[in-house]
This record gives sequence, C-alpha cells and structure tokens, in this order.
Amino acid sequence: MSEVVVSFREVSKSFKGMEMPALDAVSGEIRTGRITGLVGPDGAGKTTLLRLIAGLLEKDSGEIATLGHDPGKEAAEIRERVGYMPQKFGLYEDLSVLENLTLHADLRNVIGQERRETFDRLLEFTDLKRFADRFAGKLSGGMKQKLGLACALLGRPKLLLLDEPGVGVDPISRKELWGMVEDLVSQGIAVVWSTAYLDEAELCGTTLVLNEGKLLFSGTPREMTAPLEGQCYQLKNLSSGKRSLLTKALARPEVSDGSIQGHHLRLTFRKGEKLFSPDVIGAGETAEWAAVRPRFEDAFIDLLGGGPSGESVLAKHVRAIPSDDEVVIEAQNLTKKFGDFAATDSVSFQVKRGEIYGLLGPNGAGKSTTFKMMCGLLLPTSGKASVVGLDLRKSAGKARQKLGYMAQKFSLYGGITVQQNLDFFSGVYGLTGQRQREKTGEMADIFHLQPFLKSKTDSLSLGYKQRLALACSVMHEPDLLFLDEPTSGVDPVTRREFWTHINGLVERGVTVMVTTHFMDEAEYCDRIGLVFRGKLIANGTPDELKAMVATAENPDPSMEDAFIELVTGKENA
Amino acid sequence: MNFLNRIRTLVIKELQSLLNDRSGRVLLFMPVILQTVLFPFAATLEVKNASLAVYNEDGGLASIELMQRFAASGAFTEFLPMQSQSQVEAAIENRDALLAVRIPEDFSRKLALGETAPVQVMLDGRRSNSSQIAFGYLQSIVDQYLKERSETAGRILPSEMVTRYWFNPSLDYPKYILPSLIAVITTIGSLIVTALSVAREREQGTFDQLLVSPLTPEMIMIGKAIPAMMVAFFQATLILLVAVFLYHVPFRGSLALLYTGMFFYSLALVGVGLLISAVSSTQQQAFLGAFVFMMPAILLSGFTAPVENMPQWLQYLTWPNPIRHFVEIVKGVFLKDASFDRIASLIWPLIVISACTLTAASVMFRRKTA
Repeated sequence: MSEVVVSFREVSKSFKGMEMPALDAVSGEIRTGRITGLVGPDGAGKTTLLRLIAGLLEKDSGEIATLGHDPGKEAAEIRERVGYMPQKFGLYEDLSVLENLTLHADLRNVIGQERRETFDRLLEFTDLKRFADRFAGKLSGGMKQKLGLACALLGRPKLLLLDEPGVGVDPISRKELWGMVEDLVSQGIAVVWSTAYLDEAELCGTTLVLNEGKLLFSGTPREMTAPLEGQCYQLKNLSSGKRSLLTKALARPEVSDGSIQGHHLRLTFRKGEKLFSPDVIGAGETAEWAAVRPRFEDAFIDLLGGGPSGESVLAKHVRAIPSDDEVVIEAQNLTKKFGDFAATDSVSFQVKRGEIYGLLGPNGAGKSTTFKMMCGLLLPTSGKASVVGLDLRKSAGKARQKLGYMAQKFSLYGGITVQQNLDFFSGVYGLTGQRQREKTGEMADIFHLQPFLKSKTDSLSLGYKQRLALACSVMHEPDLLFLDEPTSGVDPVTRREFWTHINGLVERGVTVMVTTHFMDEAEYCDRIGLVFRGKLIANGTPDELKAMVATAENPDPSMEDAFIELVTGKENA
Repeated sequence: MNFLNRIRTLVIKELQSLLNDRSGRVLLFMPVILQTVLFPFAATLEVKNASLAVYNEDGGLASIELMQRFAASGAFTEFLPMQSQSQVEAAIENRDALLAVRIPEDFSRKLALGETAPVQVMLDGRRSNSSQIAFGYLQSIVDQYLKERSETAGRILPSEMVTRYWFNPSLDYPKYILPSLIAVITTIGSLIVTALSVAREREQGTFDQLLVSPLTPEMIMIGKAIPAMMVAFFQATLILLVAVFLYHVPFRGSLALLYTGMFFYSLALVGVGLLISAVSSTQQQAFLGAFVFMMPAILLSGFTAPVENMPQWLQYLTWPNPIRHFVEIVKGVFLKDASFDRIASLIWPLIVISACTLTAASVMFRRKTA
C-alpha cells in the first residue's frame, strides 16, 4: 500500500569546526501515505538530513536512496521529483507572489499550458489567488509558508521535504497548513515535516526523533508514548503554592519529570512506581490524582533520561525579595503606531510582585512591540509603561539596574569566550573586583559552564547558550526578569531546567514577564495576556482562559484550544 | 567610579571582540602592512626608467657633450639615437620614448658664437605628468651645462635660478606618501570599527541587551569610541615606526603635537562613524555609509591632489573634512617641524568638527535608541 520513497542507513555527516557530528549513524525510511515527522530541537541534525536526502549535501558515510537514486551522485535524476522547502530564504521578498512562482517555474522548467494549469491549481489550493500581486515580504508568516509550499509543489514532486514549516506560523495558520499537507499525502506524495515543536510531532503519521545528531526513536507517536501509558498524572485542586509543590514532588524518588499546568501539576512517574498520597508533599486535603494521556514531550524527556531535579540552585544564591503585593509592572493604555498601523492598541495590564505574566499571541499580533515598550526599548506613541513605579525612559539607570533581560536569540557576544561574556555582563551591572569574580564563578558552577569558560561562545550548543544567557541576565540579582521567547528551539530537558530556575526565582520574589509561543510554557504563567491585532483580547489565569472556551463537547480544553478559539472568535467578530 | 568601571568593561569587551577573532586581527594588521609595503612603490610620482630619443643633427663638440650629460644623469635608462624627424615622431607615438630631444645642426656653431642656441624637446602629452617631470630633469641638465660653459669662458650669467626642495630635498616620494598614509589608514581603521560595531550588535541582538542595562547611550558611545581610537593610534604608530625605521623618513617635529592632532582627528572620525552606525540597521548599510563618506573625503583631503589646485568653492568645501587638516598636520610635523602655532591652527578646526560630529552622533543615537 505505502511504498518506501527514501531509505537511509548509518548515515553520518560532520561539519568543519564542530566538535560533534551533525548526524551520527542515522537510519530510517520515508514512505508515502503519511506525514513523516522529523522531530528534534535546534541543532539535532534535521536540516542536515533533509539536505542529504535532497542531494544538496554529500554524506560522509552510510547509504541513502532517494526515489531509487543516490542523491549525492545522481542529483539530476531526483531533482525533478523532489520538492524542498527550506526554512528561510526560499522566497524572494521583493518579488510578488506570482513572480516568485514564475521564477521557480522557470527553474523547474514548468512552461506553457502546463504552467498556467499548475499556477491555477496551486493558487487555488493555497488560497493565495487574492494576493497574487502582493510582495512576498508583505505576507504573513502563514501565507509565506503556503507560498513556499506552492513553490515546492511546482514540478508535481513525488517527495516533499518541508523544513520547519511551522516556525513563525500561528496555531491557526498552522492548522490550515497541516490540512493542506494531509491533502497532498492523500494524493500519494511522501511528505517529511521537520519540527522542533513536540505538539506538532504528535500529529504526524510517523516520526523520526533526533537529538544531537543521533536517532532517538523511529515509529508512530503512539508507539513513542506507549511506554509511559499509565505513568502520567495530574495533581488537581492544590491548596498551596504550585511552584513549591512541584519542587517537592520532583524531589520524590517516584517522579521522573514534572511541570505546571495552570493550577495543576503534571507528573510523570518512573516505571513500576505507585502514586504517593498528595499529603506527603503538603498538597492539602482536596488534592487528587487524575490520570492523563502521556504526551510526545513526556516521552522525549523519558528517552533523554528524565527531567532535571526540581530544585533551582540558582534560586538559593539570590536574596529573597519580601513579597508586598505591590504592582511592579504596569501598562496603561499603551499604544504604538507605525504610520497608520497600530502595532499595540491601548493595552493595559498590571503585574504584581512575584508573579509570572505571559504575553501570548500569533506572530505579528503585537506582543513583541508591547514587550519592547515595557522594557524601555521602544517609545510608546501614547500611554504609559512603568516598571517598579518608574518610567524606564526617564529614570534609566536606577530602574534598569533592577531588571534582567533575556532575548530570543540569546543575545550574547559570540566572538568572545564564555568567561568574557560573564565578566562583561557583570561589569555592565556594576560588579567589580572580588565580588565580580565570586559571582561569575558561582554562575559557572550553577549552570555547569566550568568546562567551557575558555571556549568561544559561538561554539556552544544551543542549550548551553541558553544557560549562559540566563546566567548573564540574573547575575545582578534583578527584581524583574523580562524574557522574550527564552526557550525557542532548545531541547525539552533544557526547557524544563530553565523553568525550574524561573520558578525558583519567582519563589524568592522575582517578578517575571515572558513572551512565548509554546502553549505548554504558557501554563507556567500565573496570568496570561492574549494579544491579537494589537489588542489585549483576553487577560487572566491559564485556567480562566481555558474556562472561557469550555463547551459541552470540550469541557477540558487545552491551552492551544483556548488560543485558537479566542483568536478566531475575534477574527470573525 | 561606577561610571569608569562600566566604560572599562565596555572597552575590554570591544577589544576582546576585535582581537579574539582571527579575521578581526587580520583586519587590523593587514591594511597597515599591505599599504606601507605597496603604497610607496605604487603611488610614486618619480620618473625612473624613462627612455629618451635623441636626434642629433649637429655632431659638434657641444652637442656631444650635452648628450653625454644626459646619459650621465641617471634619469634616463635608454637612449634611442634617431636619424630623422619622422623617426622621432614614430618613437613617441609608439611609446618607445617618453620624450625626444632634437639638437639642430647649427647648435654648436651658435654656441661658439655666443648666440642663443635653441634645442627642441618633444613630449608625450598622453603621459603628461611623467613627461613633464622628465622634462624638468632635462631642463636642469641643460641649464647646468650652460652655466658651467659660461663659467669656463669666464663669463657669469646675469642671474641664476637655484632650485632646492625643502623638507624633502631629494624629492623622495616615500617621504611624501608615508606621512599621508598615517592619515589615510587611521581613517579607514577608526571609521570602519565604529561604523560596523554598533550595526553588528544590532544584527546580533546584543544592542537591545545593552539598552536595557543601566548603561546610558553616552556610555555606550564612549565605550565604542575609545577602542576605535585605540585602534587608530595603534595603526598610526605602526606606520610611523615603519616610516622612520624602514623607509628612513626623517621625523623632524614633535611627537606630542602629532599625537594631539591625532587625538582630535580620531575623535572627529569616531563621531562620523557613530553617526553612520546610528542610522544604519545592518552592517552592510554601515559599510556602504563608511565608504560613501570616505571616498570623497580622501579625494578632497589633499592626499592625492593638492587642495590649492582645486577651484575656490571646492576649497571651502574641504574645510569640514577632517582628513584634510590631519594630512597637513602629519606632513607638517613629520617633514618640517611645523611650529606649535601652525599645528594649533590646524587642530582647532578638528576640535570644531569633532564637536559637531559627536553631537550629531549622540542626537541620532538617542533618537534611534529611544
């Protein structure tokens, strides 16, 4: 029924200047009739594998057969029948939708009557007909990916390789894109969908899970999660603080991994271990266990040897900030206009000391703009952003000394060493001499950076870069922490560890403001502001947001359900 | 104290970023080495190895002596004896000779009679610069010959012109080029370092990180300016040493004056660099911006063509050009031990210019980062 389109055996590939091979003896196959998910964090080797299959790279060793040919030696044979959609740069932003299609059609030699028919079919299929004359650069993330898909589909390929099509695409467009790809699969095209999002992996027909160049698992998502069946539980109706309870729960020998879900805890138990009484960790009388289905992420973490300990060493090293219930971050009718376009439109919210506040929203919805105004990187057109009661723009030095900032791309200096980065950021925040040496040493210990202190920061793996970035932003013991998509692309274990630290800091009284597009990360927040088209369309605890969209058919919606419901509700309004 | 510590932190980071990187180190040293090696040879204005065509119709004693003097001068390596006027024309047309001398048949006779004896010289106008310089050599040989001849005859010429090139008596071109090179190379160094560094930080996202820190825009600017000035000073010193010890260009003036001038010059440039970096959002833009400034600035600096040769309105336009003043300072201090007053009169425009560029840069910086 389903035929093997690609098979590879013991494929390895190394790149110059990298210590670890990008791919290390990876084997597997890709078949028609289902979407093959190529799953793994950034730097796992997904793109390398796709490029090897497409014949854009030459392997070091092993065997690959793409549509019956060796892609390295007979690239010309397969080129016509393989569609490859790279992560970026696939489109010319200064060309219109139609010009992009025409260019790719020229390259693939799709001409004459065939071209007209193909264009009609693809524009129909991707629903881009209305935008044919628009510049590709002016399309939304979702539409860009659709156009990329259309370009990759031009020569009626037998095999379609999609490199992270879900990046920069909001959940709604992602659903549409997914629907289109499923349609293609039913037409007999073999599709590979690479992703770093584990919830996307869960939807795939079959998966190849990579981590640090090694194949961790190959099989259906169900097979992936099967070993954990009956080991995942939610602990509901907690009487005391969820964060300290999570720390206690993770300290139990029975528990291998855990996270926060709104007001509940979600725990994974080790094989053969029994549930403990909620009393043991002081969860209160009303607390009760509820079995839940294991997720792809649980299984991934299990494959990597379980989650990190729930105790943050970092939190132990920072001073406790007395909780005073004071509002420390406040936006009042915050507005930012770029020309006529209001990127942020009279947004108001308050964050109290010791809270985690999350800004959530589709790409381009204005969460980044709002975030930048809050930490003083952008000047509001009108309205006010104040932090610890001070306007960041006016009382720069004092207020800024109190805040820590960590951005999406871990803005570290890549050309200098890890130690030099630590020295620099501690120096900027006024640490000198003995105290500076102590603090940087402490950070190196906490984040296990000792072996890399003399290495160039660029050479670190993504996970370590992320640790270093966190270290650099908390060395001066800030009261407030601004995190802009802090865990993009890192593996789930590093993400768990990151949140352990954040939870620990919050327990010590630090206030956190975070933007994220990971729905499970939103669950860690005390309160969430959902931003859409520049407006704050919902503001509340994760459970409140979920309750807003609960229906008879779906009494227990996920965070993603809530997101999609709330955003589409506004879209149709 | 805290202020100074933060500046120090910024400067150290900047230098580490420059020096940790192999390509960064190459970028600091290579232009200096390449240019000090190549420029003095490539950009020479001297005429050496020129060939001279001689059409001697005379054959008399005087004409032969004159020709021997041409040969002995060393300015011409090749002599092409010509037999006819048409041959002479062909030699110049085919570029066999840069210039040709025709001694008429009555040359010796006229000289002997004490009459004026003209000599015809034909130059290749396509190579006007070199042929004119060669013509100068020729003329001085003829003058010298005539002078000596009249002296032996017991007569004294009514007046005599003695040419002496001050500050560079042997007209050695490395001596002219190398001091100017100090100005040009420090321009490239400090301008590119400042223009690119902010843009690079913008591209990598580290600039936001600096802006949310307690650093003020002024601190960031100072932190960018100092390393660039250090680079400029370092490169200038390197060329200075090469000029003095390798090319034996005499250094006549005061080092302190030179470095004072250099300080204000690099300050002015850093202002330009920061201004460029404040308005560019990518390294590519910054790079282009630096070149858009640099090309005309070097052209109008007096490095390639003297400012005095430019039309008056253009001369006024060169005043805000910091390179122009610094080229004069370097040459003045280097070659002629210019007086303090003279150098001071060149430094104050630099102070004015740097005040303007730095103010503009900090306004743009504040606006762009706000």
